[in-house]
Amino acid sequence: MAKQKKAVVSNVIRRSKGEQIFNVFNIIIMLFMLFICAYPFWYVICASFSNADALVVSEGMLWLPAKFDLTAYNRVLQDNRIWMGYGNTLIYVFVGTFIQIIMTVLSAYFVSRQYDVPGKKFIMIMIVFTMYFQAGMIPGFLNIQDLGLYDTRWAILLPGAISTFNMVIMRTAMLSIDASMEESAQLDGASQFTILFKIMVPLTKATIAVLILYYGVAHWNSWFNAMVYLQDTSKYPLQLWLRQILIMNEMSATTDGNDSPMLGESIRYANIVVATLPILCLYPFLQKYFVKGMMVGAVKG
Amino acid sequence: MAKAKTKGGVTTAPLNKRIWKNRELYILVLPVVIYFILFHYKPMFGLAIAFESNFNPRRGVMASGFVGFQHFITFFTGPFFLSRMWNTLRISLSMLVFGFPSPIIFALLLNELRGKIFTRTVQTVTYMPHFISMVVLCSMVREFTNSGGFINQIAMVFGYDGLSMLNKGNLFLPIYVLSGIWQSIGWDSIVYLAALTGIDMQLYEAAKIDGAGRWKQTLHVTLPGILPTIITMFIMRCGQIMSVGYEKIILLYNESIYEQSDVISTYVYRIGLVQRQYSYSTAVGLFNSVINFILVILANAISRRLTQTSLW
Repeated sequence: MAKQKKAVVSNVIRRSKGEQIFNVFNIIIMLFMLFICAYPFWYVICASFSNADALVVSEGMLWLPAKFDLTAYNRVLQDNRIWMGYGNTLIYVFVGTFIQIIMTVLSAYFVSRQYDVPGKKFIMIMIVFTMYFQAGMIPGFLNIQDLGLYDTRWAILLPGAISTFNMVIMRTAMLSIDASMEESAQLDGASQFTILFKIMVPLTKATIAVLILYYGVAHWNSWFNAMVYLQDTSKYPLQLWLRQILIMNEMSATTDGNDSPMLGESIRYANIVVATLPILCLYPFLQKYFVKGMMVGAVKG
Repeated sequence: MAKAKTKGGVTTAPLNKRIWKNRELYILVLPVVIYFILFHYKPMFGLAIAFESNFNPRRGVMASGFVGFQHFITFFTGPFFLSRMWNTLRISLSMLVFGFPSPIIFALLLNELRGKIFTRTVQTVTYMPHFISMVVLCSMVREFTNSGGFINQIAMVFGYDGLSMLNKGNLFLPIYVLSGIWQSIGWDSIVYLAALTGIDMQLYEAAKIDGAGRWKQTLHVTLPGILPTIITMFIMRCGQIMSVGYEKIILLYNESIYEQSDVISTYVYRIGLVQRQYSYSTAVGLFNSVINFILVILANAISRRLTQTSLW
């Protein structure tokens, strides 16, 4: 909106030569940015569809697949680890986000109460203090062992059930709701449960949607906790499998004797595509919610 | 008869009545309190093992002998302290110096673009790297900079020797910083673009009447307009100096470049979770947490003074 207005104003006033040169430079810089941000993705796609031997001998940048070949995809789609990883990741994303949303809503509801509640201040301090000071990696790990959660899915689902930052966003949304609605509900004899789930949650669902995205994406991306807390590979999320395959160079079980020794190279790229495509396809639709979330976070950051 | 307490001139009900009145609220917050106790405060008591000889999970916290600050002294006088501290500061300060201004400059340039569709396209494409996971980002970086990778081969045109770039210690920092900027420049510019739309258009018109060109307008209207946002974001970043992205470093480094890439948190990870020296690693981690704590408190205090906004 603001940009439009400015464009109108500057069309009225004749542009100086310097400004014209700047405009040309600016467009060149932006085209360069477009290229820098998009090309690595294009390269990965091309490499994944390439013949492994042709890919290894190809030099410099790829504009099209080097000898189109689907062997890498064939192997990746047969690779059980990827599908197992996907299954586990979906569990962690759905169950984990559900737990986090419930917990975040509960904590935000409590700290957004404007009336006198004994102990409110104490609980608030208890929550906020964890924003400043964390016990750290090793005590956290020993704690998980101590609680008997080691090598269980709960070790992925429960720690981090409340992000204090997200709780602050949720609290802001709840504080912006007119208190009179709540008061009249209370006069009608509504319990706190009713007020929370029948009034507060429906009225803050835009913010909750943003937080679902935040938590969901964090679960989707997370691998470190799984690496530290899980031993049983059948519980590994996708990202941890990707680390094993892409970073630790663990060989694929689905290659056979006739395959080129170079196949691993194009398989890695195919793995990246298979693991990233769903998010990149969803992202244009989700972008505006993320942007909205960024704004909410920035305003009350 | 229960004594009524007065608070600010208003008579309030006795404590037990006030608690009873809010009983439903306490039930609602109970899972939250249990969560914080179990997953945040219980491990804080576990910090006690930093002062014990060497913690063994089978014997329990209290069974190991008390050694006071022995582990801290070992760390401070050992060969790792200075180099890991230096790497931590070097990496996060580089991210601050190069990574922080880049989205601001990008937002300013984006704001000067005229075509609406073009602007939208640039935004959508530059946000894209934000949506790939850390593991995928790091594996892409590794593939591209490996010998035979396309970035490596382009560098060879300019006289690079073609060896894997991540085996060269002095290239770790630029790779870390540049890939970080690549991933976040578009996304981080959103906050500044939002601030830019908040600037009063009349200020630009007034500047124009005073004869200010676009450069002068940027300097005297745009920049002051987004300065509060810049300061807030900068202070928040300063508070995170000690918490460099250890996940990314673990994914990128290898043994041959530990000297240039290992930071305190990755060092804690290796000696604690890989080598299982629980007490010593907890001590090193605690040192990191305390420095972090001080930095966040300072950043928050400065932020509150300068911009009236704080984390809380």
